[in-house]
Amino acid sequence: MFGNLTLESFQHDMMQDMAVYGGLSTGLLVLLLITYFKKWPYLWKEWITTVDHKKIGVMYIAVVLIMFLKGVADALMMRMQQAVSVGDSQGMLSATHFQEVFSAHGTTMIFFVAMGFMFGIMNLIIPLQIGARDVAFPFLNALSFWLFTAGAMLTLLSLAIGHFSVSGWLAYAPLSGLEYSPNEGVDYWIWMVQISGVGTTLSGVNFLVTILKMRCPGMTLMKMPIFVWSALCSMVLVIMAFPILTATLLMLTVDRYLGMHFFTAGGGGNPMMYVNLIWAWGHPEVYILIMPAFGIFSEVVPTFSEKRLFGYVSMVWALIVITILSFIVWLHHFFTMGASANVNAFFGVMTILIAVPTGVKIFNWLFTKFRGRVHFTSPMLWFFSFVLNFTIGGMTGVLLSAPPVDYQVHNSLFLIAHFHGMVITGVLFGFFAGFTYWFPKFTGFFLDEKLNRHAFWCWTIGYLLAFMPLYMLGFMGATRRLDHYEASTGWHPLFVMAAIGAFIIVAGATIQFIGLFWSIYNRKKNMDPTKSLFSNSSGLNLKTGSMGDPWNGRSLEWATHSPPPIYNFAIIPTVDQTDPLWAYKRGQLKLFQGGYEDIHLPINTPVAMYIGLASLVFGFAMTWQIHWLAIISFIAILFLTIYRLSCKNEHETISAAEVAKIEKSYSQGNAA
Amino acid sequence: MSELSLKQMKKEWHGNLHSYLIGFIISLILTTSAFALVITKALPDQTLIGIIVFLALVQAILQLFFFLHVGQEADPKWETLIFCLMIVILLIIAIGSLWIMYDLNERMMDKNMTEMMMEHD
Amino acid sequence: MTDPFLVHHTADPTADTSLPDPHQDTFSKTVLGFWCYLMTDCLLFATLFITYAVLHNNTFGGPSSKELFDLSTAFLETMILLASSVTCGFALIAAVKGNNRNILFWLAITFLLGLSFIILEIDEFRHFVSEGHSWTTSAFLSAFFTLVGTHGLHVTFGLLWMGVMFAQVYWQGVTIDTFRRLVLFSLFWHFLDLIWIFIFTFVYLLGVI
Repeated sequence: MFGNLTLESFQHDMMQDMAVYGGLSTGLLVLLLITYFKKWPYLWKEWITTVDHKKIGVMYIAVVLIMFLKGVADALMMRMQQAVSVGDSQGMLSATHFQEVFSAHGTTMIFFVAMGFMFGIMNLIIPLQIGARDVAFPFLNALSFWLFTAGAMLTLLSLAIGHFSVSGWLAYAPLSGLEYSPNEGVDYWIWMVQISGVGTTLSGVNFLVTILKMRCPGMTLMKMPIFVWSALCSMVLVIMAFPILTATLLMLTVDRYLGMHFFTAGGGGNPMMYVNLIWAWGHPEVYILIMPAFGIFSEVVPTFSEKRLFGYVSMVWALIVITILSFIVWLHHFFTMGASANVNAFFGVMTILIAVPTGVKIFNWLFTKFRGRVHFTSPMLWFFSFVLNFTIGGMTGVLLSAPPVDYQVHNSLFLIAHFHGMVITGVLFGFFAGFTYWFPKFTGFFLDEKLNRHAFWCWTIGYLLAFMPLYMLGFMGATRRLDHYEASTGWHPLFVMAAIGAFIIVAGATIQFIGLFWSIYNRKKNMDPTKSLFSNSSGLNLKTGSMGDPWNGRSLEWATHSPPPIYNFAIIPTVDQTDPLWAYKRGQLKLFQGGYEDIHLPINTPVAMYIGLASLVFGFAMTWQIHWLAIISFIAILFLTIYRLSCKNEHETISAAEVAKIEKSYSQGNAA
Repeated sequence: MSELSLKQMKKEWHGNLHSYLIGFIISLILTTSAFALVITKALPDQTLIGIIVFLALVQAILQLFFFLHVGQEADPKWETLIFCLMIVILLIIAIGSLWIMYDLNERMMDKNMTEMMMEHD
Repeated sequence: MTDPFLVHHTADPTADTSLPDPHQDTFSKTVLGFWCYLMTDCLLFATLFITYAVLHNNTFGGPSSKELFDLSTAFLETMILLASSVTCGFALIAAVKGNNRNILFWLAITFLLGLSFIILEIDEFRHFVSEGHSWTTSAFLSAFFTLVGTHGLHVTFGLLWMGVMFAQVYWQGVTIDTFRRLVLFSLFWHFLDLIWIFIFTFVYLLGVI
């Protein structure tokens, strides 16, 4: 009746039970509060059924913040375990539990924090930066979000019900196969990654078409902001790489569910093919994550240097070269799997090459600041930490790209330190900079700058303390994913240092969380004085900061109110060069030509959420082999999809007069 | 943003009777030839493989042009560009994977050796 | 102090301020978007093909492709699918002409051809399984059933889509929505025939040489 689900699946050790009860109570409390304040109709109308890219972006980030808590808790557990589990002490976690924790940590952080953050920021910014009203396919956008959330919910469910996978964030075969992982762990992993992966692929298509087809008049490709270019290249990677993941997970699924022999140890299966395919996806995946972060820095650095970005064309070419090259390097993840010297050499050389366009970008950012007027705001601080630490971490990557070196440190903590350097100082710091930079655009007030700086120092110092020892440990022979080691290794002090670093990072993250709520509480004090577009009878005020533009921005997202109205721009802007807003503020460009027109917007719909919910149920049912539930939820997904694809795409119209009224209310000091 | 009328949409679609009939006839010929060559074993193995693959590629390009109208869209030809990019990536992954897996296989123990050892148990 | 506005771009006097892409309408966007999805499907099939190439000799004591495949079935399936691709095109031509009866006729023919294809394929699979050669026997068979089966699943989904389109054209005729959906369907259906070219060539024909 319930497949493999039993009462035992709900029983865990005390620590995990505490986490589950803590999470459940918090969730329940939130639901009760919403009910008490009678906010369900508001939530339903404004958020759950929305197809507006700005709201979807905010929801992505909300889910990301929750998943980040889980991921960082996993990290803390690992650091604490490795700091105490030496010699006679076995630490707090059993070996199996430790394996579940490192698998969950990687899966959560890559798929539900990094990817989610990226799509959140892209959702918020891309349509605004290209002068559009929304993305190409607003419903698909909402659907992608709810599929992402379904995957995230499966992750949280795996904490409460049953066990998670022990085969790492990539589930190598044959460990992830039926023979060696018979329980529900790998199935949870498969479905959370597969379902959110479909959402990602759909988003890839969505943003690609948006950028190609919905740019405002005059914005040719070479006049787009670099962040949009980075998103374009990243989405090309998504479209080309994610099908490999989908197919590979499909094959792992049929191995497990139908007894096939793709990656099994017997039956003629080839586990090494799994490793080959998963990394053919996996390597582009990390570039999918880093390129938008690079793009964010390309926005932040020129604005806070009061100088245009150095080398626009070379920046674009660097992005394109990185995109292509990222497909030709994947074997460097398994140099030690036994390929011949020729194969290893080829991929080693390709990997070294990919450092070149990255280096071009680093130099261009530095040259941007040269002779500029640098403002040391917290986004700029994140950039400084990035440029120093990412470059160092990147160099260790070049070390790793030489097969003989990799043979020594593959799967050691040296590798762990390298890629955490990339993801933390690159991806995460980029997103932090973007979050701080664009926060006033979507709220009309600033994040508390002092708390930002405290958080920044905690993250930077914490990162160095947590990961520099890992480089040393790697050279000393420490393997990754170890839950216990001998005292004679001499590793203990370094592990203790790393644990301290982890706690400092968590302090930084805590400050960020508190800072968010503190800033909201104090929003009247931190108001952006330039929130609203002031218009006089003949048009628009030419002074700097006469629209939601607190940083003297260069691109179009600053050319509208903070927060933007639902239609983004009352009049679609016309541009004729890069950094159009600076041109406008110099009086060189008439940004808004023509008058108000009727605006057509897609209406809200709950179908995206329903499909997400049905997918969650389907993933859960498949994990536990509850066949009747899987069939019902699958049919529900089918019906909902056919229903949605059969109805007319209804729109609501905001008449030109109504637009004029809304715009006027801004200049009178009221938010519409 | 203006929407297209039904008439304009129909003009955007590039199919016509001509293209479908030509595509059909030539596909028919290519497919039948391929099957005939294999069934009758008219050529030595290596050559046969080459010819069959060649016929498949020709038919694929044919169908891409006559059925899927690749290359016939209005400027800028995004669909064609994305298709070409996809083919490049596909070739990289295919050739790369086949090279890697072949190489790994070469460095695995000999099949005879494996069987001999299995018999030992 | 440097005047930041001195270091600026020059406005391009010849800049074309018409829409960067004049085709910003729903039809063009949706066709491009669907085309991108088809590209992802291409790569998904490519992955399955590559895996088949790697595993097709791993017969684990079971039958090889040479011993198993019946070319006459494959030939029949190929002919049926090719014909259905053309009849699908005829349905679209009827849609351009606005002739509802003909659209429904050609859609029905395409559906029947597609259904015959699926029936033949299921029969072939059943035959293999009943002789003891199922997807659990060897890596070769796993790869075969998955690759050809995934294509078959796509065709089945296409049949479902056709059913829905039949109903929509029956009840609403040719509108901007139904025409757009017919165009997308035809792209999907032609694409499936394209993939089949590679299946009958690399799996069946090469498998028998």
